[in-house]
Amino acid sequence: MSTDLIAEARRQTEICNACRYCEGFCSVFPALTRNKAFADGDITHLANLCHNCRGCYYSCQYTAPHEFALNFPAILAEVRQESWERHAWPRPLARFFHECGVAVAAALVAGFALLFGMLQALRPETGHGFYAYLTHGAMVALFLPAFLLPLAALAISLRAYWREIGGKRLQWREVVNAGKSAARLKNLDGGQGQGCNFEREDRYSDRRRWFHQAVMYGFLLCFAATSAGTILHYVFALHAPYGPFSLPKLLGVPGGILLTAGCAGLAWLKTKADPALGAARVWGGEMAFVLLLGATGATGLALYAATGTAAVPVLLALHLGTVLTFFVLLPFTKMVHGFYRFATLLAEEQKQHR
Amino acid sequence: MTDMALEGPWDIVVVGGGNAALCSAITAAEAGARVLILESAPRPYRGGNSRHTRNFRCMHRGPLSVLTDSYGEDEYFDDLMLVTKGKTDEPLARLAIRSSEECLPWMEAHGVRFQPSLSGTLSLSRTNAFFLGGGKALVNAYYNTAEDLGVTVVYEAEVTHVHLEGDRFTHLEARIGGETRRIEARAAVLASGGFQADTEWLTRAWGPAAANFLIRGTPYNRGVVLRDMLDQGCETVGDPTQCHAVAIDGRAPKFDGGIVTRLDCVPFSIVVNRDGQRFYDEGEDVWPKRYAIWGRLVAAQPDQVGYAIIDAKSIDLFMPSVFPPNRADTIEELAVQMGLDGASLARTVANFNAACRDGPFHPTELDGLSTDGVTPAKTNWARPIDTPPYYGYQLKTGVTFTYLGLKVSDRAQVHTAQGPVRNLFAAGEIMAGSILGQGYLAGFGMTIGTVFGRIAGREAAAHVN
Ligand SMILES: Cc1cc2nc3c(=O)[nH]c(=O)nc-3n(C[C@H](O)[C@H](O)[C@H](O)COP(=O)(O)OP(=O)(O)OC[C@H]3O[C@@H](n4cnc5c(N)ncnc54)[C@H](O)[C@@H]3O)c2cc1C
Ligand code: SF4
Ligand code: SF4
Repeated sequence: MSTDLIAEARRQTEICNACRYCEGFCSVFPALTRNKAFADGDITHLANLCHNCRGCYYSCQYTAPHEFALNFPAILAEVRQESWERHAWPRPLARFFHECGVAVAAALVAGFALLFGMLQALRPETGHGFYAYLTHGAMVALFLPAFLLPLAALAISLRAYWREIGGKRLQWREVVNAGKSAARLKNLDGGQGQGCNFEREDRYSDRRRWFHQAVMYGFLLCFAATSAGTILHYVFALHAPYGPFSLPKLLGVPGGILLTAGCAGLAWLKTKADPALGAARVWGGEMAFVLLLGATGATGLALYAATGTAAVPVLLALHLGTVLTFFVLLPFTKMVHGFYRFATLLAEEQKQHR
Repeated sequence: MTDMALEGPWDIVVVGGGNAALCSAITAAEAGARVLILESAPRPYRGGNSRHTRNFRCMHRGPLSVLTDSYGEDEYFDDLMLVTKGKTDEPLARLAIRSSEECLPWMEAHGVRFQPSLSGTLSLSRTNAFFLGGGKALVNAYYNTAEDLGVTVVYEAEVTHVHLEGDRFTHLEARIGGETRRIEARAAVLASGGFQADTEWLTRAWGPAAANFLIRGTPYNRGVVLRDMLDQGCETVGDPTQCHAVAIDGRAPKFDGGIVTRLDCVPFSIVVNRDGQRFYDEGEDVWPKRYAIWGRLVAAQPDQVGYAIIDAKSIDLFMPSVFPPNRADTIEELAVQMGLDGASLARTVANFNAACRDGPFHPTELDGLSTDGVTPAKTNWARPIDTPPYYGYQLKTGVTFTYLGLKVSDRAQVHTAQGPVRNLFAAGEIMAGSILGQGYLAGFGMTIGTVFGRIAGREAAAHVN
């Protein structure tokens, strides 16, 4: 654990605890008023409750050049980021991809190359749709481990994190309540629905919340589409390609559109927001991740649009390469924030009510 | 902006960039006037003392926004009379109180957001509406609104002279970018706060002790304009030697320490001076009613410093402090850490402890648990200081604002001995003495600024239209 970061976060937290003017913005402030002294795990917990809306920066009377030099969103972002990297396995890989957008891009190129190679080497004799280019068996052999292994790695990290922030055995009610706030991205509303101080400095804006909703629901729809395809395949022996009114397409097409548009929006907002109010060190990695996530949606849509044309094999390699890269990098990118955040909401439910 | 454009003539020039200035600029701009704001602070420090505030006191006949229940004119006025011991201008005070009710929706309509009263301040949820994010968020919202209305703001523009000819204001002079600029306008609003940041003035008024006072708010309220108006014969009110001063954390910065430097530990402590001697009843009344007198009490001690000592029993009974307290396992050790004589502090604590009696202790109400046989007595919450670890906080005097101000009419008009200056208005701290002669009621400063800021803006705009 970086003692310097934690110590600086503790210093700022104690100032906020003596002030409390920002209480209405988010759940961080009500959580911090529960304590007078803050253990390291408390600081990590607070950091993961923060969603970097920046309300508490623009309204703080103690930001630099004041000698208290408050920049609460930034220090919490840095502690949060460090907690993800520290709990990740393998740790050096996490730091590398979190920080370095070029590395994410390089991984993407490697993913493309792998898929192009497979398409060349493993081209089946027969098959429909994209199974004409890569067999179902080959896809499963590639994606099943590429999906499960990162999730397993993430699960180990989350367990360690859960212990650090003092999580206990879960109760059903806590899961329901945390799920509800996550589903509405409740905390992104700024406390009163006015939104964040993200891309318009000290003016509020709801854009970040809407784009983030699009990404989250787009992602979940795409995930549901893939799951639906898997079920159709194995349970009902209905094989791809699926028609436009099939479940995988009905879920996947809007999902892909939401995901692509949402990511484009978030990337755009990110170019306008002040990097010094976040974890500046990982700006590049975050940006690359948002674009990668958006690319999974965009390439999927392109692939569908190209059905029956000669572009299919190329787009198939691009899409599968993107998806593969996304999954393999999952424990080492901003994607982990969703999991950590949900764990934190669960822990916060416990801390509030036990 | 080109140089010519700055020089005007403007319709209205507003001096200052805090709550009162912004309320008047917005009101005047909405009435169609071309408005210039001259703020002496640089942009990051804009907003004067207003950026440190947390709430304003608001009359309401039923639940209103975040305010619960009701708070009527008479109750509000009685509360005010109580703290000012009758030194209140009744018509102006009632005007401020009555107008406060319509201020709240006006503030919301101009971008201010409110939040329920902060944890630890439940007693104010009926009377005071808290700003979401505090005063700086309020100031930001008003600057955005003003900008949208086309108001021009110049930062780092200290007004040095406001020129009067007969019963008229003609122009003013301001230091901008290292030069003195002459700026003309058809009317002016003075909203440049008190003079508490001018240590020299403070020491002239209070005596040399004032050099050791800390200033809780902005270093930019130096009273330059107030002095200039006094020199030109404007009528004043309020005691020139008085300021609102509270006991704050002695490690606070000289300026701008703001709200976090307050210390709420006194009622549960004993407070000693540099020589380790107690000097006043720490448990005289609940803290919100006593914190203002402790500024003076500490100011009267050698070196203008005090030390509050508590033990482990009391550490969780009050809001956390911004700096961690000194902490030690013995009184002697604590004394050494704080630069006090160990033996004399230990003696004071022992004498105090010997005077404590058994009885029920209630941290949130006057419990009558008083000492017996020690001078000065502690009349409530007197529990022995006997459970280590022991904690100590240094106390110094923190000045909130000064009382001396310009006398204004109910139209916020500034007066000389010859009568009103036709196109010169004042709002906020600079005229608060017109209403409050002494004492202070939490949240009333922002009420005065909002009410008279709007009146000044309206009257100035009416004058130029
Ligand atoms: C720590 C603290 C907390 C407080 N909390 C509360 C609270 O919760 N509620 C409440 O009602 N009151 C509170 N007060 C009192 C409150 O701050 C004042 O009553 C109120 O802000 C006065 O508003 P104003 O606009 O008159 O002055 P200010 O907000 O102080 O504005 C004065 C402005 O004038 C500018 N200025 C000064 N001289 C010049 C010059 N020569 N030329 C150009 N510009 C100049 C300054 O830079 C500043 O922008 C608090 C005060 C402090 C210090
Ligand atoms: S961020 Fe600043 S204004 Fe907000 S609670 Fe912390 S110290 Fe107070
Ligand atoms: S940045 Fe937003 S979410 Fe984070 S602590 Fe500040 S107000 Fe809360």
